[in-house]
Amino acid sequence: MAPEPVAPEPAPDPLATARELGLTDDEYDRIVATLGRVPSSAELGTYSVMWSEHCSYKSSRVHLRDLPTEGPHVLVGPGENAGVVDVGGGQAVTFKIESHNHPSFVEPFQGAATGVGGIIRDILTMGARPIALLDPLRFGDPADPTTRRIVDGVVRGVGHYGNSIGVPTVGGELAFDPSYQGNPLVNVLCVGVLPADRIQRAAAERPGDVAVLLGQRTGRDGIGGASVLASATFGEGTDAKRPNVQVGDPFAGKLLIECCLALYDADLLSGIQDMGAAGIACSTAEMASKAGLGMRVDLDLVPLREPSMAAWEILCSESQERMLALVSPDRLGAVLAIAARWGVQATAIGAVTEGDRLVFTHRGAVVHDVPARSLADEGPVYHRPVEERPHPAAAEPVDDEPGPADLRAAIDAVLGGTDLADPGWVTGQYDSVVGHGTVLGPGGDAAVLRLDASDFPRGVAVATDGNGRWCALDPEEGAKLVVAEAARNVACTGARPIAATNNLNFGSPERPPVMGQFAATIRGMAAACRALGTPITGGNVSFYNATGDADIHPTPVVGVLGVLDEVVTRVGHAFAAPGDVLFQVGAPTRPGLGGSAYLWATQRRIAGRPPRIDLDEERALQALLVAAADAEWARSAHDVAAGGLLGCLVESAVAGGLGARVIPEAGLAPHQWLFSESPSRAVVSTSSANVLQFANLCDARRVPYRRLGVVVDDPTLELQGLATLDLTDLAARRAATLPALLAP
Amino acid sequence: MRVGVVQFPGSCDERDAAYALQVVGAEPVLLWHGAADLAGVEAVVLPGGFSYGDYLRTGALARFAPVMGALAAFAQRGGPVLGICNGFQILCEAGLLPGALTRNAGLRFVARPQPVRVAARSTWTAGLEPGDVLTIPVKHGEGRYVHDDPGQLAAGGQVLLRYCEPDGTVTRAANPNGSVAAIAGVTNPAGNVAGLMPHPEHAVDALLGSTDGRRLLGAVLSSVAAGRGGPVAAHL
Repeated sequence: MAPEPVAPEPAPDPLATARELGLTDDEYDRIVATLGRVPSSAELGTYSVMWSEHCSYKSSRVHLRDLPTEGPHVLVGPGENAGVVDVGGGQAVTFKIESHNHPSFVEPFQGAATGVGGIIRDILTMGARPIALLDPLRFGDPADPTTRRIVDGVVRGVGHYGNSIGVPTVGGELAFDPSYQGNPLVNVLCVGVLPADRIQRAAAERPGDVAVLLGQRTGRDGIGGASVLASATFGEGTDAKRPNVQVGDPFAGKLLIECCLALYDADLLSGIQDMGAAGIACSTAEMASKAGLGMRVDLDLVPLREPSMAAWEILCSESQERMLALVSPDRLGAVLAIAARWGVQATAIGAVTEGDRLVFTHRGAVVHDVPARSLADEGPVYHRPVEERPHPAAAEPVDDEPGPADLRAAIDAVLGGTDLADPGWVTGQYDSVVGHGTVLGPGGDAAVLRLDASDFPRGVAVATDGNGRWCALDPEEGAKLVVAEAARNVACTGARPIAATNNLNFGSPERPPVMGQFAATIRGMAAACRALGTPITGGNVSFYNATGDADIHPTPVVGVLGVLDEVVTRVGHAFAAPGDVLFQVGAPTRPGLGGSAYLWATQRRIAGRPPRIDLDEERALQALLVAAADAEWARSAHDVAAGGLLGCLVESAVAGGLGARVIPEAGLAPHQWLFSESPSRAVVSTSSANVLQFANLCDARRVPYRRLGVVVDDPTLELQGLATLDLTDLAARRAATLPALLAP
Repeated sequence: MRVGVVQFPGSCDERDAAYALQVVGAEPVLLWHGAADLAGVEAVVLPGGFSYGDYLRTGALARFAPVMGALAAFAQRGGPVLGICNGFQILCEAGLLPGALTRNAGLRFVARPQPVRVAARSTWTAGLEPGDVLTIPVKHGEGRYVHDDPGQLAAGGQVLLRYCEPDGTVTRAANPNGSVAAIAGVTNPAGNVAGLMPHPEHAVDALLGSTDGRRLLGAVLSSVAAGRGGPVAAHL
């Protein structure tokens, strides 16, 4: 097709429209310079969404370059819909975490539901069957009625979509802090499995390939939803943004999954891209730009819910459950037939072209004609001012303060707090077993999934971690601790951590202290990911998590993936049998109450410096945990994290329906021994027959260990000389924490 | 023995059901919702999920699927049919099982390992004795069984399973959804068509937590085999 000589009709009052769409005057000038003319309304629409913070990473890009992204297992790194890693045996695993924070505040149920749907389609786009979801969730003060409403909506939304689409929800986190009062964090991680040689790419291949729109009809829902909502701070008038939130249909999503997998199996596609933020504009621009080609699409062919939609609305709609496939013309018939079998609407709407232009026609006229790469890859890049400002409470010497007057009351406060609450009220609303792959489900250190049902299946372990308190007090150290904890959780199951994904939840990038937190976070995260061998293969940046002047805690959430060559060797966190011997392994217990669950539960206080981490110690511990599992000497393993050693022991004992008798460590104040969250530690139980072998393994690897005590049949936790806890009662109280706070 | 697993649009547990049938020694055959016949299978499982999205009422659309005509005829001839969760809902909608399944009493989706007590001898509980307790996952939002006369159902031997505590006692707390008389599974009067809210197909593998589901899924194999005088193929 020869390009029409006529340029698109200029937008009426273009500068005012540009401003209304959130473009700065500089950005507008840049568009005019790129095009050599005044842009059309449709062009202003696509530039505004593609150059939004959400789609362009314009504030974060210069920092993200410092993250390690390559490693021996990485098949696909950042830049595609999700990273892919080689797990051996011809199998590959793809995983990514993404946020739906802003929509979930505006409309919790649909916001969370479409967050689940969106990340599932990212995984599907890579050629994989989605096999697991994890949901790290953070909310404001649980005593606030608004929080109850939001939590309820988000949990129902996650369940509605995840349960109905047949992907198990196997883990996540639930945390509360007033900093998230007006900005809940709804992050969702999805894992998929695929044959290593079947990775799909989101790029055009050759001119002439037909662009086929698969899935739902395009409507006015969610125009600029993710992109616009996630690129501005909440203030007055948030209610008016409700129509910006997309509406999810898990049934349509389920059909799309099965349809796409059938298309991959038949090897019919040249390329595929899901439609999330910025819909048709984004998917076409990215696929064309990646290949250095153009695309021409007739918007009159796009099936619409509302025929009166303008071109820019069709281009920017974020209607859910849509994909764009590129298909060689001789395969079009086969593609349409498979889509018809699955009841998925499939429409040829355009084609890949020579050259670099992204051309859209509407009602017979060219309404959009720009270089594809100017939208997808040549957006503005900002070097925002960075100011690293110490947290005012970080200098408080919390580790030098005297312990609690009443240790028993402190124990009850920590174990009765939300940090240590039994997540059953939430996880009991999610299907965690569909797909017959869930070996270890919610509640443990990491979820473990087998990758097939053969006699000796491989497995993967996945964990997510974040800690807003640590990261607020010291973003660089906090980020290291978060990466280390996620990787340690994976190693506790016996899996070798091999890759990571990150969701960087921050306040407004227009405020230098927020960019300071961001820069420090990237430094810490890069150092930890390098040291622990877990490159970042993909992720998401969520800025503008702020209400008025109040930014959230800097909250990087990290997902780490590990591999078990034989999933049967996995280790759970539950104590296995009475008489088993308990070891504390890894770094010695150091003072570590800065930003701890103890300080929060007993004093409602966020203060002190987070504990320091030695990444060499951490790496050695993780290697030991993997080796112990491999040798089948570890009967349980659980990392020491929130709530310190006390939290660790209680969780393992309750999960196993058993108890323990342990001896306090000499030379430590009792409250430090119990509650310190100093990193690089785990509690491992071994059968009495393997005690010597396990100790020898620690010695050989120069990992310190300390014999802590013994597992007992009786459901009590005896902290000798300090306290004896009735675990039956404690389990009931921990199970009651969330329902008491959240059940309407 | 070939056992059909019907795949509706929106089915979620069909692969799980096929896997579980394989584990107990059957040969699973996926049956498409649009099919006009059952491909000669000897028993049929309707799996869990959200057929056609279940936006109207669970199972309300699936009962009109083309395959359901062949299924009803198969059931009338005495062919063994098992509906699990959504499959149970569909069989109730189709009039092949008594009663109906409504929103859980707590108005929330419930997912948990669930002890259930065997309440009757039937095709579907061969090898099990009334009073036996199995632990099998439940996961549903609309599993509250309602029936006008549960006493009559029980008297007719149509109540297959009841929700219970791990020791077998039936209590209100053990009932995950408010089902009348704690009913977790029923059969038709002839006993060949059964519906269960718990998911035996998710409890066939020790690696995944429980193998109790094998005893239910395996039962039908032995019953059918006994019926035709052949060898028992089930691996219990």
